[in-house]
Amino acid sequence: MTVPISKTAPKMALSVRDLSVTFRTTDGPVSAVDRVSFEVDAGEVLAVVGESGCGKSVTAMALAGLLPGSATVTGSVRLGERELVGASEQALRKVRGSEVAYVFQEPMTSLNPVFTVGRQIAEVLRVHRGMGKRQAQARAVELLGLVGIPEPARRLREYPHQFSGGMRQRVMIAMALACDPAVLVADEPTTALDVTVQAAVLDLLRDLGKRLGTAIVLITHDLGVVADIADRVLVMYAGRVVETAGTQELFDAPRHHYAIGLMGAVPTAARRSEEGRLREIPGLVPVLAEQPAACTFADRCPAADDKCRTAEPPLLPAARPGSAGTHRAACWHPADEEAR
Amino acid sequence: MTDAPALELVDLVMHFGAVRAVDGVSLRIERGRVLALVGESGSGKSTVGRCVVRLLSPTAGTVRLAGTDVTHLSRRRLRPHRKDVSIVFQDPASSLDPRLTVGDIVGEPLRLLDLVPSRKEREQRVGDALEQVGLRRQVAQRYPHEMSGGQRQRVSIARALVSSPRLLVADEPTSALDVSVQASVLNLLADLQRDLGFACLFITHDLAAVEYLADDVAVMYLGTLVEQGSRETVFSAPAHPYTQALLSAAPLADPREQRSRQRVLLTGDIPSPTDPPPGCRFHTRCPVAEDRCRTEVPALRPIPRGRVACHLVADDGTGPDVRAPGTLVTVDSAVENDVMAAPRAPEQP
Repeated sequence: MTVPISKTAPKMALSVRDLSVTFRTTDGPVSAVDRVSFEVDAGEVLAVVGESGCGKSVTAMALAGLLPGSATVTGSVRLGERELVGASEQALRKVRGSEVAYVFQEPMTSLNPVFTVGRQIAEVLRVHRGMGKRQAQARAVELLGLVGIPEPARRLREYPHQFSGGMRQRVMIAMALACDPAVLVADEPTTALDVTVQAAVLDLLRDLGKRLGTAIVLITHDLGVVADIADRVLVMYAGRVVETAGTQELFDAPRHHYAIGLMGAVPTAARRSEEGRLREIPGLVPVLAEQPAACTFADRCPAADDKCRTAEPPLLPAARPGSAGTHRAACWHPADEEAR
Repeated sequence: MTDAPALELVDLVMHFGAVRAVDGVSLRIERGRVLALVGESGSGKSTVGRCVVRLLSPTAGTVRLAGTDVTHLSRRRLRPHRKDVSIVFQDPASSLDPRLTVGDIVGEPLRLLDLVPSRKEREQRVGDALEQVGLRRQVAQRYPHEMSGGQRQRVSIARALVSSPRLLVADEPTSALDVSVQASVLNLLADLQRDLGFACLFITHDLAAVEYLADDVAVMYLGTLVEQGSRETVFSAPAHPYTQALLSAAPLADPREQRSRQRVLLTGDIPSPTDPPPGCRFHTRCPVAEDRCRTEVPALRPIPRGRVACHLVADDGTGPDVRAPGTLVTVDSAVENDVMAAPRAPEQP
């Protein structure tokens, strides 16, 4: 096996600064992502959470230039020394699959049904690494073994429909890891899977990330998945980052009222007995033509006042005294612990 | 017949050609109770729901609604019973007719079943039903596409409840919705169930929602029931190895709890329902399966506070705990155990 041992000191794999995305639509412009900034270290799992329409998937697609021509992307995405925003299609094509790899929600639509799984994995290696047919096949066997597919040499000759959902997602992960990418972007990788299968795929992702030193950007709406494998979390709402913190810190003491609402909405038996009701967030996520100079959550926020409607809250440190200090929230009236 | 359970299934079988989707399911829901039918994709839980509302004609077995056998009734003879049972589907975008107004959709059961012949009165009832699910009466004039996913699911619920059914089949009613919208729909279902007192067959794979909404839980695996019991018992002292694995695999939205608990990773996937394994259907993935499990089909038999289909569980409910190898689950541990918290790894002596 040519699996490199994880690098010792964490180094930054990806740095995103003020990334914004606007789509041109027939109904006018729609601002989907607004000045999003984050970093991911090698071997780290960063979860980007939020509900549909919050811009998490658009952010993921924008990282390696996967958005359609109707999107205008500004800001900066740095992969090591290279700038990806505004890079040529040719340069991006080299990066995709080799340095930034993607795993999407539905493996059946991401795999080509008319080619064997082995051929599809080998293709990545032949295109990006210039491997010969035989060498690529050998590496494909190795990769299938790495992601826990039994009898890899035999399964390699099978077609996607001969695999179950969980096994297909493992194939996608094997393909994504084929060139030992610095960054793996996993967009709802387990949403289409059953829980018993999901648990195994999450374990695999966590384990491979740590062993190979791959930085993982995990896009999800599932707070259980976040609690399971994320090191840090970015909470997005209507295109903006509203809160970011270490996973434990965020779950212990969310400060932004949207994050609090999101966590309170997850049903548990404790909620049934103590409060009798789940927390609801009234209203809908706004679709914005342009980002207002205000808090975009103000209309749905229990703590909003005039200031929230007239000035945009910056993403400021919001850590409790004595904690690591990576906790930030964009709120004029962040909740204290008692208010939860 | 007033004491008859809202729903009773006896040995329900539904085969689609070679696919044995449901293979002998027996269960009952007492009036006003919420029974969650849980299982993974392919377990047959939705097929059970469709047999209950007679969208499917069962291959064999009996479906009784409030004591009446409706298994083989013709469409015409079934009609008087249609008002007693309704269904809410997962995706309201595809279960609401896009060409009808919300008012027509919600009023349709009243019109088709001739429950409320007068148009004016029907409009009144539709408006009431809409208000009941937290929508404004004026929404009746609008079309489904003008509404959000959560609002559309409320319309589905209003349509299901407008005929005052005794039984509501809710098939993954929140799975297509965002977390915060899910919360409001679950709250709504809980409120309506409490206020109106209908019984509910709540079909879902979301164990967190089960804990929130259900009184009783039945677990399906590959077309058969493996365990049934009260919510408290099933969550705190699951007897069947599959139930234990399922509970331990569902991630909890609490990092400390989630990362410290012992999980069971099942090997492999659900086998094909065209060719289910002999003996116990779970034996191919069960970490504690014995020779007997591979040949002999375990019967669903009573244990204290529930039923289980597993050779390894004793009549008093004591059985192996696959989450902490070497330890046992007993029904007594149900009471003190934290609900849904799987046991930690056993301490080393």
